[in-house]
Amino acid sequence: MSRVRDYGSNTYPQGDFNHHILSVLVQNRPGVLARVAGLFARRGYNIFSLAVAPAEDEGRSRITIVVDLDSAPLEQITKQLFKLIDVIKISELDPTHSVERELMITTVRAAGATRGEVQTLTQIFEGKILAVSEDNLTLSLEGHPDKLDDFEELLDPYGIVELQRTGRVALPKLDRGARLRAAN
Amino acid sequence: MTEHSTDTPTDTPTDTATPHREGERITGAQALIRALEMEGVDTMFGYPGGCILPAYDPLLESSIRHVLVRHEQGAGHMAEGYAHVTGRPGVAMVTSGPAATNLVTPLMDAYMDSIPMVAITGQVPTAAIGSDAFQECDTVGITRSCTKHNELVMTSQGLPMAIRQAFHIATTGRPGPTLVDVPKDVLVNEMEWYWPTDEEVLASLPGYRPNMKGHPRMIKEAAKLILQAERPVIYAGGGILKARGAEALAELVELTGIHVVTTLMARGAFPDDHELNLGMPGMHGNATAVTAMQRADLLIALGSRFDDRITGKVDAFAQQAKVIHVDIDPAEQGKVRKPDVPIVGDARLVIEEIIAEIRTLLADGGTQADTGPWKSKVSGWQEQFPMTYEQSQPGAALKPQYCIEQLRDLAPERTIVASGVGQHQMFASQYWHFNEPYTWVNSGGLGTMGFSIPAAIGAKAAMPDRTVWAIDGDGCFQMTAQELVTATLEHLPIKVALLNNSYLGMVRQWQEMFYDERYSSVFLDSAALPDFVMMAESMGCAAIRVESPEEVAPAIEKANSINDRPVVVEFRTEAAEGVFPMVPAGHSNDDVILHPTQQDRKENLK
Repeated sequence: MSRVRDYGSNTYPQGDFNHHILSVLVQNRPGVLARVAGLFARRGYNIFSLAVAPAEDEGRSRITIVVDLDSAPLEQITKQLFKLIDVIKISELDPTHSVERELMITTVRAAGATRGEVQTLTQIFEGKILAVSEDNLTLSLEGHPDKLDDFEELLDPYGIVELQRTGRVALPKLDRGARLRAAN
Repeated sequence: MTEHSTDTPTDTPTDTATPHREGERITGAQALIRALEMEGVDTMFGYPGGCILPAYDPLLESSIRHVLVRHEQGAGHMAEGYAHVTGRPGVAMVTSGPAATNLVTPLMDAYMDSIPMVAITGQVPTAAIGSDAFQECDTVGITRSCTKHNELVMTSQGLPMAIRQAFHIATTGRPGPTLVDVPKDVLVNEMEWYWPTDEEVLASLPGYRPNMKGHPRMIKEAAKLILQAERPVIYAGGGILKARGAEALAELVELTGIHVVTTLMARGAFPDDHELNLGMPGMHGNATAVTAMQRADLLIALGSRFDDRITGKVDAFAQQAKVIHVDIDPAEQGKVRKPDVPIVGDARLVIEEIIAEIRTLLADGGTQADTGPWKSKVSGWQEQFPMTYEQSQPGAALKPQYCIEQLRDLAPERTIVASGVGQHQMFASQYWHFNEPYTWVNSGGLGTMGFSIPAAIGAKAAMPDRTVWAIDGDGCFQMTAQELVTATLEHLPIKVALLNNSYLGMVRQWQEMFYDERYSSVFLDSAALPDFVMMAESMGCAAIRVESPEEVAPAIEKANSINDRPVVVEFRTEAAEGVFPMVPAGHSNDDVILHPTQQDRKENLK
């Protein structure tokens, strides 16, 4: 509860778990997600979170997978993944050199006196209130997954009724230095 | 990978197939069979049924020979046997549901052993998919983890591309099985014929570009290590055979004088009669091959994958050895053992590149380290620890090793040997002398009992002029023997050496050694039932029962002389015979248990 983080910059701590982010570009074909998920299951790798959606090119999707590194060496995971015919490209995103975002919506108990506290917390985190009932509030928060973790932790004492997170999406951070050098 | 065997199969591929008119309206079924012809398929193995029915109609006019099997598993293993001996993809075609599930074992077998194979399965009509229709199953779902790739084709128009992709993927890179699932209406509906170009096939598979050539810097590094090594061993695996790399391997050995071990999947990749061949390593490898790997300072792994049956306990495996690992599959690099020099590429091409690099180094004044002391040590082991067994006492059951030695010595030139899985498989690999590639067909990775008879039939279909012996056990025989009907009716006269010891011999051996001789569910009682001679004869085979050593050679000679129908020779063998040497599962290769007559000298294996 006492952790203080600076959410404004991209240099805050990476979190205390041994996770890596794989950004996997695939051909958007029936069964491609089953192939990827099946591979993880069969080889005994754990998926921490998974997000899939169409990518910039037609016919391609990007899967962002956060893998639990204790379950297998990352290199072996990526090599096995790359053997899937529908996998076109795999990038490992180093958390210090990538931008990550996630969306969470949650319904929290907020009756009587606590309602104001939950509202304040939501304002501090720059979240939104999506729905209101006598006893509960449904909130949404978009941001770095660590920020969502903290929000979740702070909401917990009030009573989380339901919670859904999307799993993280990520892209490599733009290298301004390189672009400047290229421009010069 | 695309090179073909030097052997010429009877029916040459229809590479001069009459050009078909683009846009011609034909049914999906016609397009499927035409596509198979265009891919050069001369023989396929299959079994018709409801959903695949439409595809069997154009087969009547096709140049493709269809071998009608008795069980779909047989079709799969036949396709594997065909692929093993030709290097060309074996093709199996079956219907939906239970037929597709019966194909799962051969698909997994082919996947484990990197056998190029294309399976065509029927599927319920597209509108019925997902409705639990009659004979429906989720074939692509079920076979996803036992194929290199699979595809459900939803339109007739998509068939030619799906077939081209399936053949391309099965035969390039690390070969493997592919499956094309074809709904009935896709076979029935009409399409406009077209044949995708190579460029179109590649463009349709943007994520699939196998790396063939090794990295030049790694090749240089490998050549340097090879010349520096004082105790080098070449660890040749099945990838040599897949890459048609046996000649390149022989050249490397001639150039460097380095010993070779050939794994179960690589038997025949280097001649057993060559003085530098130490034979098979691993759990039942010979003592010298096992120990040479353990003591080596350099392992040159060529198309081998550090299987647990080779390494024993990984932490204790070849601890002083640096490792050069050549494999076309990047995922094999470092999967089990971290290599010092990883080289991703085709085994043949990489060996050729390494040879060229070594020649350059030698021409520039480089020299090879002195391997003399190591070689005398290795030959000392060879002298003291040859493969050995004790001949049977008069009146006792036959020794399986003796039967295999006799089969070997009496075999016509270029005989192909297919084996099942178990003790007989190990005896066959240990005692046969493989001097030519593509003469050994077996189930290495998956260990599929019942493999030998259908695999032998597939090999015979590909190479009708060659003698094909299936070496089988009484357990295996009873799993797939019905395919002997196929062999008889399709005029594929294979020969079966059935080593009948009435037991699941390998399991019995483990129970003897590791379960205090508590024999549980291993006695098959096959001396009593079935009557294998009667059974074989009922399927149209000639059959001979052999019970004493003096009958062995005459029976084999008789079997070798019969070529108008399959032959089954049943050898009544000793149940208590064990396979030695043996490294108990999970143990270090240093713990190898030698034949009882050699165990007292084990200290000398240092």
